[in-house]
Amino acid sequence: MSNSAPVKISAKDVKVFYGDNEALHGISMDVYQNEVISFIGPSGCGKSTFLRCMNRMNDTIEHCRVTGSITLDGRDIHEPSLDVVQLRAQVGMVFQKPNPFPKSIYENIAYGPKLHGLAERKADLDDIVESSLRRAGLWNEVKDRLDQPGTGLSGGQQQRLCIARSIAVSPEVILMDEPCSALDPIATSIIEELIDELKQNFTIVIVTHNMQQAARVSDRTAFFHLGNLIEIGNTNDLFTNPQQKRTEDYITGRYG
Amino acid sequence: MTIIAENPIKPVAAPSHVQQKVIASLNKRHRKEKLFRSLGLGAVLISLGLVAVLFINIFSKGLPAFWQSAVTLDIYFDPAIIKIPPKPVQQADESDNDFRQRDLSWQTEVGFINFNRLITDSLQKVLPDASKHRRDLTRMVTSGERFALRDMVVADPAIIGQTRTLHLLTDANIDVWLKGNIDRSLPDAQQQLSPKLREWADKLKAEGIIQNRFSLALFMNPDSRSSLASAGLAGAFMGSFYMMLVVILLAVPMGVAAAIYLEEFAPRNKLTDLVEVNINNLAAVPSIVFGLLGASVLIGWFNLPMSAPIVGGLVLSLMTLPTVIIATRSTLKAIPPSIRQAALGLGASKMQSIFHHVLPLAIPGILTGAILGVAQALGETAPLLLIGMKSFVASVPASPFEQASALPVQIYLWQGNELRNFFEARTSAAIIVLLLMMIGLNGLAIWLRKKYEKRW
Amino acid sequence: MSNLSLIVVLLVLLALGYQLGMSRSRKVATVNSDLRMHSRPHHYGMMVGLWAVLPAFFILLLWLWLSPAVINAMMVAQLPAEVTALSDEQLRVVSQRISNLASNFGVVADAEAWELSAAEHLRQLKANSAIVLTALMAVIAAIGMLLSLQKITPRLKARHQVERVVKALLVLCSTVAILTTIGIVLSMVGETLKFFSYIPPTEFFFGTTWNPRFSTVGVGEQGDFGLVPLLAGTTLIAGIAMFVAIPLGLMVAVYLAEYAPVKLRNTAKPMIEVLAGIPTIVYGFFALVTVGPFLRDLGHAVGLDINATSALTAGVVMGIMIIPFISSLSDDIITQVPKSMRDGSLGLGATKSETILKVVLPAALPGIVGAILLAVSRAIGETMIVVLAAGNSPALTANPFEAVSTVTVTIVNQLTGDNDFSSPQSLVAFALGLTLFVITLLLNVMALVIVRKYREQYE
Repeated sequence: MSNSAPVKISAKDVKVFYGDNEALHGISMDVYQNEVISFIGPSGCGKSTFLRCMNRMNDTIEHCRVTGSITLDGRDIHEPSLDVVQLRAQVGMVFQKPNPFPKSIYENIAYGPKLHGLAERKADLDDIVESSLRRAGLWNEVKDRLDQPGTGLSGGQQQRLCIARSIAVSPEVILMDEPCSALDPIATSIIEELIDELKQNFTIVIVTHNMQQAARVSDRTAFFHLGNLIEIGNTNDLFTNPQQKRTEDYITGRYG
Repeated sequence: MTIIAENPIKPVAAPSHVQQKVIASLNKRHRKEKLFRSLGLGAVLISLGLVAVLFINIFSKGLPAFWQSAVTLDIYFDPAIIKIPPKPVQQADESDNDFRQRDLSWQTEVGFINFNRLITDSLQKVLPDASKHRRDLTRMVTSGERFALRDMVVADPAIIGQTRTLHLLTDANIDVWLKGNIDRSLPDAQQQLSPKLREWADKLKAEGIIQNRFSLALFMNPDSRSSLASAGLAGAFMGSFYMMLVVILLAVPMGVAAAIYLEEFAPRNKLTDLVEVNINNLAAVPSIVFGLLGASVLIGWFNLPMSAPIVGGLVLSLMTLPTVIIATRSTLKAIPPSIRQAALGLGASKMQSIFHHVLPLAIPGILTGAILGVAQALGETAPLLLIGMKSFVASVPASPFEQASALPVQIYLWQGNELRNFFEARTSAAIIVLLLMMIGLNGLAIWLRKKYEKRW
Repeated sequence: MSNLSLIVVLLVLLALGYQLGMSRSRKVATVNSDLRMHSRPHHYGMMVGLWAVLPAFFILLLWLWLSPAVINAMMVAQLPAEVTALSDEQLRVVSQRISNLASNFGVVADAEAWELSAAEHLRQLKANSAIVLTALMAVIAAIGMLLSLQKITPRLKARHQVERVVKALLVLCSTVAILTTIGIVLSMVGETLKFFSYIPPTEFFFGTTWNPRFSTVGVGEQGDFGLVPLLAGTTLIAGIAMFVAIPLGLMVAVYLAEYAPVKLRNTAKPMIEVLAGIPTIVYGFFALVTVGPFLRDLGHAVGLDINATSALTAGVVMGIMIIPFISSLSDDIITQVPKSMRDGSLGLGATKSETILKVVLPAALPGIVGAILLAVSRAIGETMIVVLAAGNSPALTANPFEAVSTVTVTIVNQLTGDNDFSSPQSLVAFALGLTLFVITLLLNVMALVIVRKYREQYE
């Protein structure tokens, strides 16, 4: 991984409060264009909270407050002129539990493009749906039943449907919040392969509690603990030669 | 430690093709968002506004009716008019029954006296031109007040020959006239009162002889058709009271018992499923259907008396039963199984674990449900009409087996009275009484729930 | 003794048996100190009390059920031969007269000598019956108490006996709800069948004219009992009510569930629910004296002829009544849609309203439909608002500005008039009631099934 790729997202001293409770204690880090970066750490360490800062999903939680700055392509995502709707179209998200809408497979994919007015004609929409499903590796499995409910798919298929759904609005960054935690090993490996392919076109930030997964899919890895970013580096370096004692303890299984 | 990379920050680029489309859509979408949001807020405000309109409307109409025009007169209990033998005293050798007979016949005799004369004589003193308009004079004070005078004489015959200052309710039409509830510019033919009476009423009002006084009649008297100004809610209140008593004694214990069985003992099978569906349905059956049940079964088959609070209470109990069952079941459901298991683990029988441990914890919830059920029953009208409670009852029922009205039925009867100008306000006053009772009950339920609210 | 005092005596016996049983069990326990008593003293007490009271109570019930018929038969047997020869129907009238005489009620016309003697006989029989009943109950109670006291031994499972009785009581109470339903169905079916013996069902269900004459007009001149105009009025009013309540109720639910800050939600929700607790007679009055005239004047101002009491008045006010019903049910349902659904949509860049309209509401749709069905069922069965504000004119019209009548109003009218209870004019109320019951039952069952399925989906 060449470390000269431009910075896509840059966080400076990001703190998150739930009411009076500080959950993140000032995180600063950069995410480079077209890399896959993993956040690892024991549960409750703040990795998901930080991920949700990047497309301001924390806005939807009452009493949640974010300070510090996060820039996307050098532009502060909290700046008033930047629309959160536009931000989320640029920075897509895939959630822990597959959450297809109770609509048909086709409607699930077409939902985003329709909202944002990305397709003028039905044919354009069909194209977007097909290409998104193809890129998510789901096309061949569902092309004959596009009108059936998305909730009828298997767990792994549902999660790929959700990935396809977020691809369909052509985001630049895709945030994945433990996307495989609800899936079986086979479905997991399919998703991991998919992530590998997607990084050609997208910057991917993935939160995982599974260190092997982080090692397999990511270029760089960041280790979080108790609301602090402990260490960030090339995945290989971090796993083979951690700089911090806590990182080492974690990856060798002393806690977590 | 944080590692900050030295890589170059990607410069702010021109938005991509896709981004341009997204940006283009934004204005319209945010406008829609605002519109939708204001629609929602509008709906909330309209609903709150409707609550306000309803309450303001009823209260502004009804509150004045709690004060009624009363004329303050010095009534001389003229021995020349009240010519009666002395009040009988029980003799030593007289049986209770004989004495009661004698006393009753004496009271009947008192009843024959023309008490109206006392009133008109007294009115003449304040109205100099009264002697020329004797017909009008008798219409000044509502006819029921002569019974008040009679009762005073019966209670204490020594009053004869004395003068008492009394506040007597004026005729309903005078109250209407003085409160401005009738258009004063209407021609004589459309006025309820003769010109002379109107003139007198204004004069006495100006002199302070007629004043608005808090109307005890509204609370102390039963309904009346001959003396509209003294029609009150006492009979209806007692009728409702007896019915609520029946509901509390029947529906609440039966509902709680049924809920305990269904929730704690009943096996889960087709039959209990059916019972459950049945109870949920019963809760949604229109109340008037319960009235039909009462009319055909309780009155038709069991020959219970028409219009009696006992029948009304039974009908309302059946209607309230599902509410109590459902509330109790959900309370029981919320009590964690650990409590039952703890009791069972100590060797208590299932019955003991429920009656000693689960039920005490459930009591606040059960009470809340019971109160809400009673409140619902208190306001119900339709089924009562079908079991004969529509009929006019001019007495306060002394037992649940006597003819009675009920508060909501009284409202129904009053709103239909021909003297609309007077009864629109009085009906609203009755509604206020009913609403205050319901608010009291609901407040009690909320207070109970707040006080004992427990999260397991 | 009167029935009430008998019951009081039974309660006293219960307490007495309880005390006796307790002290007896304590004595037994001290005598057999080597054996552990199976149950606690109060269980033995309860058992003795129940043995003393329950059998006697059943006797009382049985007596109350059977004795009137027996006494009547005995009284009738003593009547002069020419009277007993009368038809059953006439005989019943005679019995009624005599029983009125016996209880010192007045009767029409002077009583004849044989009637007076029969009344005296009846009074005697009733007095005897009360004495026999009291004696019988005393004996049974005494036997029950003594026998059960005798039975107290350390091995006697008194608690089991008591608990079995309590459980039987619980079961009995839970059957009341079923019995009520059965009672409703049986009584209404019975009376409806009687009605159909006068008026054929086809005329009732498909007749388009509602014009029942008074029962005094005589058989053959019964008038028209067509259900259609009543159903049409009911539907029209319920439709208007839904037209008001659904948009308002739904938007209130959406705003309170999705937008409102917690404080507003916590104050506005109970305030709107106040509307649900207001008795319907109050709404009726409000409609009659305020809303009706207001709508009439409003119509006048824009050149419409609106009746003060009309389908519109009743429908609008009924809609107001139903707002909280729909809003609180829908609120529950909307908040049950999982947050992950909302996150998925927001994460794609949807605005809040887009999320609500395109994801949350479609997901909640089955539940909301269920809520609406329940609301419709309530609107159809609502009585007092329409009695006061719909105008009570059973004409077949689709014009909401005109007075109409409904099924419920007609039930009230037919049963509270001066009609003979067994005339078709009264009986039709039960046919209408049964129709109403069946319609609302169908709606309720449908709604309950839909809502239950919906709940299971997200549990």
